[in-house]
Amino acid sequence: MSMLLVWPILLPMLTAITTVLCRAKVGAAHWMALVGAALHLSAAVALLAAVIEGQILVAHMGNWPAPFGIVLVADYFSAVMVLITAVIHSAVMVYSRSDIESDLVRAGYYVFMQILAGAVCGAFLTGDLFNLYVWFEVMLMASFGLLVMGRRVSQLTGGIKYVTLNLVSTLLFLAAIGLIYGMTGTLNMADLHAKVALVPQPALVTAAAMLLMVAFGIKAALFPLFFWLPASYPTLPAAVAAFFSGLLSKVGVYAMIRMFTLVFTTDTGVTHHAILFGVAGFTMLFGVVSAAAQMEMRRILSFHIISQIGYMILGLSLLTPLALAGAIIYLLHNILAKANLFLASGLVRQATGSFHLERAGGLYKNNGWVSIGFLVSALALAGMPPLSGFWAKLLVIRATLESHHYAMAILAAVVGLLTLFSMIKIWAEVFWKPAPAPKDPGGKASVGGQVSAWMLAPVLVLAGITLVLGLCMEPVIRFAEIAAGQLLDPRAYVTAVLGGTP
Amino acid sequence: MEGVLALLVGLVFAAAIYLMLSGVLVRFVFGFALASNAVNLLIFTAGRLAHDRPPLISVGQEVLSEPAANALPQALILTAIVIGFAMLTFLLVLLYRTYAETGTLNADDPRLMDEMQEDDTRGTHPPERGAA
Repeated sequence: MSMLLVWPILLPMLTAITTVLCRAKVGAAHWMALVGAALHLSAAVALLAAVIEGQILVAHMGNWPAPFGIVLVADYFSAVMVLITAVIHSAVMVYSRSDIESDLVRAGYYVFMQILAGAVCGAFLTGDLFNLYVWFEVMLMASFGLLVMGRRVSQLTGGIKYVTLNLVSTLLFLAAIGLIYGMTGTLNMADLHAKVALVPQPALVTAAAMLLMVAFGIKAALFPLFFWLPASYPTLPAAVAAFFSGLLSKVGVYAMIRMFTLVFTTDTGVTHHAILFGVAGFTMLFGVVSAAAQMEMRRILSFHIISQIGYMILGLSLLTPLALAGAIIYLLHNILAKANLFLASGLVRQATGSFHLERAGGLYKNNGWVSIGFLVSALALAGMPPLSGFWAKLLVIRATLESHHYAMAILAAVVGLLTLFSMIKIWAEVFWKPAPAPKDPGGKASVGGQVSAWMLAPVLVLAGITLVLGLCMEPVIRFAEIAAGQLLDPRAYVTAVLGGTP
Repeated sequence: MEGVLALLVGLVFAAAIYLMLSGVLVRFVFGFALASNAVNLLIFTAGRLAHDRPPLISVGQEVLSEPAANALPQALILTAIVIGFAMLTFLLVLLYRTYAETGTLNADDPRLMDEMQEDDTRGTHPPERGAA
């Protein structure tokens, strides 16, 4: 039973090892990555199925009992995050087959992607704070490799911002771990839940919590710590950008939700209702306003990652069952929609030869399927009913209203409108506008460019999932409510990990 | 002893932050190296200091007799040192490549600021690329 928790981490890692061995044979590496992603997906489905049977799964690594050894824990929230990781991983692997050039494959593209996928699952499943730090580092290292792989100048300069700010974040994370260990003598999250309340100086706990909040805030690209994101993401190949935008910053959000529901709930007046609440508002606003000023597709999308994360943090900051359920649905919907938009931007690039709104055009006339794939995700992102984003926004805004934060609810609705504005801007420029004449006559014909079926298929599948998710929201909301219940009342989690001594 | 070490951690952190904020990326590397050492020292100090008392269970006893040195922070530090070393190496190589390509490591230099200067129509990847 406990191996179910290990497979989603182990399978991508094993695939990474086998891909290293045959990375010179590009065709073999493609297939191996596809098989690895399929295995990953099946492991994630098996895990979620086991968790839905009504229990919190715990695996004690090396059979060390809980507070001493490292544990892997899967509750509803973790399991569904692992599943969505595997879905995006699979989609990106299919997409990479055409999008990623042989040079990058030979340089180890698939190796880094598999390690990244395994590390993200590790971060979602671990029940130990120091182990979370290690997974963060594994993720960082793999993402560093992917970030600078093309070795264009813009990738290097964007990479420096990503690398330096993320290194600062890991230092703060580690410092917080040191302080927490000094105060409580444990780093097991379930154990911390009880021990943090016993610390004689609660102010010190809040200080360590703030350190962690800044560390995770840098990862999650919260206001005012988001500057690295729009500098580095637009320089990546579309497949990598989709994976990063879908999952990397969301790991920061996940870690924040986990730590600030399970451990740091002693001083919610300061940490949640004051700081996270304010930060959420600013994050939404700054992200969406900055996006409105951009004219390059990937830069617009990058700024929207930031504004969307504001909604999730808003859900966390309210700390009511409805708000947390909203935040969880928002996470799921946003990972799907955002990754798909980046994948679609790669298709736009392939069909028109440009990411720039002014130089692209005519896609609706020439590539109907690309347009459908983009439109579904873009409208979901903006929160049009009946797509998934509408329900996610509805839950978060309703929870905000129920907590009597009317100004914040209005802000959240306005940010949704501005998101729609940006998406319509892309739609009007890239899809509706007739294709502009190529500037240099020798340049490749940009009109009616064919797109690869390997790249189109995952975009349509992800758009389909977004659509189905929106149309059949009832079971998803029920699922998210159970997940939020588990987060808000961690007794079951603590009992499962520590074995009956909460 | 804890007091002295705590002061030292603060001092090293201050120096590291000063270096990191100086705007020159090479100094950022030094700042990062200093700061990771400061964090390691912080974990070490927070894990309670016990001088000259190895965590060994004496003959005939079942459990460790207090006070003894805490082995766990040292394991944590060891992990952190290894990871920090890898990060530092990567950072150095990245800066070297960046310097080779742009000719500057001054964070305020426009060559480092303007990440979208190249035309995207040139292709997602450059046509020619070196071996390593």
